[in-house]
Amino acid sequence: MPKQTFILNGKAVTVNVHDDVRVLWVLRDLLGVTGPKYGCGINVCKACTSHINGRAFNPCSVRVGDLEKTDHVTTIEGLPRESKGAAENGGLHPMQQAWLDHDVAQCGYCQPGQIMAAVALVRQVRREGRTIKDKDLDGIRNICRCGSYTRIREAIEQGSRHM
Amino acid sequence: MSLLEHDLNDDTAAEPGGIGRRSFVGYVLAGTTLVAAADVALGSPARAASGVSGPQIADLYDLNDFVGDACLPTANLITVTVNQDGTASFALPRSENGQGITTSTAMIIAEELDLPVSKVHVTLADARPELVFNQLTGGSTTTTSTYTPIRVAAAAAKGALLEAAAARFGTEQHRLLARGGVVQGPNGAKATYGELAEAAASTHDRQVEVTLKDTGDFRVIGVGQNRLDARDAVTGKKTFTTDLQVKDALPTMVCRAPTLNGTPRRLLNRSRIAKMPGVRDIAIVDTGVAVRADTFGQCIDAVRAMRVDWAPGPVAGLSDQDVVNELKAAELPLAAVPDVPPLAQSVESSFVFHFRSNSALDTNAAIADVRADRAEIWSALKTPIAAQAAIAEAIGLPQGKVAVHVVQGGGSFGRRLFFDAALEAAKISKAMGKPVKLMWHRADDARVGRMHPMAISRVRATYSGRTLLAFQQSHTSVETDWRHGLGEMLTAKGADLPGGLGNLTFSQGIFAMTTVLPYDFAAKAQVMNETDTRFNTAAMRNVYSPDVRTAGELVIDQLAARMGLDPYQFRKQHLSNPRVLAVLDAVADAGQWGRSMKPGTAQGIAIHEEYKGATACLVEIDCRNKQTKRKIPDGVGGPRVTRVTFAIDAGLPINPRGLEAQMQGGINDGIAQALTSSMHLRDGHFLEASWDNYFYTRQWNTPPKVRVIVMPATTGTPGGAGEAGVAASMAAVACAYARATGTVPTYFPINHDGPLHFKVKSYVPPIPPSPVNGLKKTY
Repeated sequence: MPKQTFILNGKAVTVNVHDDVRVLWVLRDLLGVTGPKYGCGINVCKACTSHINGRAFNPCSVRVGDLEKTDHVTTIEGLPRESKGAAENGGLHPMQQAWLDHDVAQCGYCQPGQIMAAVALVRQVRREGRTIKDKDLDGIRNICRCGSYTRIREAIEQGSRHM
Repeated sequence: MSLLEHDLNDDTAAEPGGIGRRSFVGYVLAGTTLVAAADVALGSPARAASGVSGPQIADLYDLNDFVGDACLPTANLITVTVNQDGTASFALPRSENGQGITTSTAMIIAEELDLPVSKVHVTLADARPELVFNQLTGGSTTTTSTYTPIRVAAAAAKGALLEAAAARFGTEQHRLLARGGVVQGPNGAKATYGELAEAAASTHDRQVEVTLKDTGDFRVIGVGQNRLDARDAVTGKKTFTTDLQVKDALPTMVCRAPTLNGTPRRLLNRSRIAKMPGVRDIAIVDTGVAVRADTFGQCIDAVRAMRVDWAPGPVAGLSDQDVVNELKAAELPLAAVPDVPPLAQSVESSFVFHFRSNSALDTNAAIADVRADRAEIWSALKTPIAAQAAIAEAIGLPQGKVAVHVVQGGGSFGRRLFFDAALEAAKISKAMGKPVKLMWHRADDARVGRMHPMAISRVRATYSGRTLLAFQQSHTSVETDWRHGLGEMLTAKGADLPGGLGNLTFSQGIFAMTTVLPYDFAAKAQVMNETDTRFNTAAMRNVYSPDVRTAGELVIDQLAARMGLDPYQFRKQHLSNPRVLAVLDAVADAGQWGRSMKPGTAQGIAIHEEYKGATACLVEIDCRNKQTKRKIPDGVGGPRVTRVTFAIDAGLPINPRGLEAQMQGGINDGIAQALTSSMHLRDGHFLEASWDNYFYTRQWNTPPKVRVIVMPATTGTPGGAGEAGVAASMAAVACAYARATGTVPTYFPINHDGPLHFKVKSYVPPIPPSPVNGLKKTY
């Protein structure tokens, strides 16, 4: 069986698994990293949203064989590593802290994906030299079946100011 | 006088029963650390709220009844434990799915025990058959049913701590003050609860009298508290069923039939499937063909490769219109209103409410480890006792040999009232002889999982001049499955009589117990009939009320128009419940009712009374082309609700911050049910198979402006929260839509009969392929 190597939350990992197993299952079923959640398996619910080389991606829709050895995969568990200020923030990324301050989570199942998507959205908007607007928030595709959208919007606004 | 002395000397303590009653019996149980207890049925309205009539339980457990009661009933006690590290722990016999009950329960314990909320650890209890009725989570009854017993247990614990402290300090209890987990005595004497826990422990079970805190002295209850599990949720540490690591419980999925509830006859390519990468085991069960593999991804591939000979399901060939016709045929006629004045007039309308999925984001899932002599189950279960009994029966073990662990659920919305995955996982584990971690694919969770039944609701309002004579409503529904009963097998069996008869009685009981029309009509009659037992249904958040109230409020608006009154003024003039009036006025004021709105946009207002509370909702909707013509990839736009003002009087709000969150969620449910989300039945199965087909509210349809007003405490006792936001929201959106477009819809959601907004996914194979293009969609 092929060896798959990539960098997960800052550490190189190697897994023996076929190329076409999607990254989500490598993370969850083989590596025991369960922050990214299954919600659809077809990249429409976005519950598994994580980062690849700093950009949002959905591991349910990427074959592990398509990852390069040098690819940095970051899940919610590794998000604080992406923030310089995390240490003084109790080990949390500013977006996670914003989620706490706004008491966003209800059942919490979608929230790791929501936070990872929010961080990537803020970075994307910054690359475009803008700040977050209602239209950007309207474009977020992560579903929350508890309907926590109002607080998600408020938290992103706060998180974006502290990133 | 200290707080404590005031408590002990309060005269109201002697009152038996009633809201003001504060004296109860608790227990200190034998143990090495302090364990205090109360009867979980104490003061519980759960039976009445669930449709089984009975006396006020508070009366049953009157203090006087206990005097001379020689036999200490330990089996059905719930216990608060004070640990030697100064924390308190409590295993809540309910199911947490996001509604916030672990946090609100910790607050209730913290309040009565005078301990910081952060030091109270609430977990979910395993199935405890001895609790009988008292382990069902539903109908927004958790806090109304557990509020008093949990306080009694916590108060008994505090009493024991004070006793121990008094002995230690050589003083009398009334000279002590408990605050923040520390007991203070005279001359600076101090001891933490942790230091006292061992001394406060009892060598034998003993009955104690407790006096609960006066509500006026509350410091925790009524003050907004962030969720205690929030940090786990935002760091990925919060654990759901499929996150659990149970030895050898490998990923398992099921291949299901191309018609709803079809059954497998034979797997035609078993040897090919068995050789697929990662595949370990295959088993045929009554619901489909199960496969166990190293990863869920390999399960998906195996399910997609299966060729199965299927027996068709019971609704093969049926479509939406067939069900509508069935419902019309079963509708109970509206009787003629007697003694109507000659000039009386009436408004009559009928509405169709289509099937809606109660699928949560965390799909049906369970871990099962079934052995020859015992079984162990893990799942998010709102009726764990009924689940335990059904599983025991299915796998041929005594109920006591089936351990059932209740796991936190990723949403429920009614879905987890049933235990479909737990039962199926147990059967698969038995058939394979191995532990399994069963997860339903989203496509199965959407199509085969339970849903809110289709219903029609006919309303007639009769009036003369400005006098309201009669309000009649005949609500007809595909059967709502209540076969989980009250969470344990006795009532579950009662609901399972032949021909759906047992269940109909149950449904009608629930309908009668939840349907209130607060308007001042001289005569009111709301009746319900159900038909067709072939679908996979269950209660969905707020059960009958969103549909019943949407139909009712739309007719109220038509009636108001006939009388030349605006919707707010009509409601103000014809409502007499002061709590309903207060929330109505609150939203009208904060939401600027009557402000000038552009053509194609409008306000809508609605009220609702349920769960010992009152709600009102004012929405603004934009139905102009710029909204309705929006192009949303893999989704729908449609009219946009732009602003919502919502008010709730929940009697005694335990956690206003959590209550606000529940209302915000309920608003999004109401919007979805009015505008976008439904299941289409076509030729024997449902079309919608994922979130790009089933249009629950998304960010592009959620209101940019939302304000929730939590009214100050009005009754001194907590009302329901989890479901309370839906009915008024859905009704207000419908009313706003009717006013903006000038057309009263006749079916919901309003986009159901339009062209489909998605390409229907395959039935064979029953689940879609896993995409490979994820790296092209990064941002």
